[in-house]
Amino acid sequence: MAPSLCAQCKTSRALILRPKDHTKLCRACFLTTFETEIHHTITSTALFTRGERIAIGASGGKDSTVLASVMKTLNERYDYGLDLILLSIDEGIKGYRDDSLETVKRNAEQYGMELCILGYDELYGWTMDQVVEQVGKRGNCTYCGVFRRQALDRGAARLGVKHVVTGHNADDVAETVLMNLLRGDLPRLSRTTSIVTSTPSLTADPAANTNIKRSKPLKYAYEKEIVLYAHHKNLDYFSTECIYSPEAFRGSARALIKNLERVRPSAILDVVRSGEDMAKLVPGSDEGCGGVCASSVPAGEEEEGGCGSAQGRSSGGEMATMEQALSSNDHAADNGLEIEITTSKIAKTAAPLPLTVGKSRKVPKAPHASRTQPKKQVMGQCKKCGYLSSQDICKACVLLEGLNKNRPKNHIEVGYEPDKEVSGVADAVKDIHVGAG
Amino acid sequence: MSDAKDEGMIKITVEFSGGLEMLFSNERKLSLTIPAKDEDGTRSNIAFLVRHLCDTVMKDPRKELFVLDDTVRPGILVLINDADWELEGEDKYEIEDGDNILFVSTLHGG
Repeated sequence: MAPSLCAQCKTSRALILRPKDHTKLCRACFLTTFETEIHHTITSTALFTRGERIAIGASGGKDSTVLASVMKTLNERYDYGLDLILLSIDEGIKGYRDDSLETVKRNAEQYGMELCILGYDELYGWTMDQVVEQVGKRGNCTYCGVFRRQALDRGAARLGVKHVVTGHNADDVAETVLMNLLRGDLPRLSRTTSIVTSTPSLTADPAANTNIKRSKPLKYAYEKEIVLYAHHKNLDYFSTECIYSPEAFRGSARALIKNLERVRPSAILDVVRSGEDMAKLVPGSDEGCGGVCASSVPAGEEEEGGCGSAQGRSSGGEMATMEQALSSNDHAADNGLEIEITTSKIAKTAAPLPLTVGKSRKVPKAPHASRTQPKKQVMGQCKKCGYLSSQDICKACVLLEGLNKNRPKNHIEVGYEPDKEVSGVADAVKDIHVGAG
Repeated sequence: MSDAKDEGMIKITVEFSGGLEMLFSNERKLSLTIPAKDEDGTRSNIAFLVRHLCDTVMKDPRKELFVLDDTVRPGILVLINDADWELEGEDKYEIEDGDNILFVSTLHGG
């Protein structure tokens, strides 16, 4: 087959076939076009303000590595005036995260960015290795997801950063849209499709770690192009599978997306756009209520309990969040429905500690979140750690309480402190050490 | 086309990345010598190479993580001399001596 020429410069050989519009591009034109489109996403949504300090959630994987590289490039090229730092979460999984953290450390040097690595052990008193030892491999992803969500916010707060960007790409968003559709969960659509999630009006305390804005600048970028960008720019990234869910990438929604892409590449962006349009039609969604309701969406609970390419996979806590969203959206229609009786029974159940994924779906709700409550979800703060939560005790603290109660007492540990064992995140955070560099 | 082809064998470089190397004994780069023609006597193409890799190179039993429905699993990119295989005729591309074929997984996380 005769080599085709780049559609833009018409001189170099085309190496890339763009999935969104079948344009054939050479290496140089592809890199520039990819960057320019991210720039367009950033400017058209007014994502950043000059002088803002931004933490890039960095795992060492392809998405966050490309995000860090592109952010650096654009910040310099278009003079955004941003102060960029890398924020990594160490789940404490030996043989998995150690290697990818080495990649992040190299990236920090290559990009000349400050790096902060925050460990689950520092934050929660538990590494994921220890969690798995206790709860087994089944359901451990729930713990990891809930912990990571808060960890990014807490890390950002420690760094005095108000805005965290993550590497979620178009494939991730499309996957989540499909999952929500498959579950009949339209209320969640607006949260999963919107580029920014934040809780700006929740608290007046500027130091509160709940006041963190999250955004995904790569929301419209194909995973394929992210990988090609990394390849053609020779970026240093690390690919692996979590040893506790080695075949997570075989998730059916993911497979569906990739199969659709093979048949019709534009399908991924089409699903993203459809998700956005549907979100506008959902009563009570961020868009539907003119953004007023946005403050009721806890950034800490809104996203999936995902890890790596398994982003978008369902977790127990997610279902609880969905139930609450449903209850606040559909309160008017609820009266007289059988399901209301069932649900309020669950809501009134005394508080058993969820020890498994399945049980965590029935996390007892605070009275204010019951189905008889009018429209907006009432967000408060966790009574234990102060993290933004629609329940009295946030999900991380509930999970921790279960873990701590069941921690084997015959297990002798150095530095074992019984008080700390049963306390929430707040105590663990007190003496946290954030290492930079 | 080349001398090597006349001898019935061609030399190529095959690379794996994006996590795919885990299925190939953590080898990121292989130098392979493959027959210039396949079982039917037609010039070896990517489809033949993929079969060859599965049958003779890949030790990992999880073939379905590389090949699905007789073709490279969706989500795995194939670059032929750095060009997207979709620009080169996908698995019908006839391999030439000295070609570099890269398989990159987009499915793995970080």
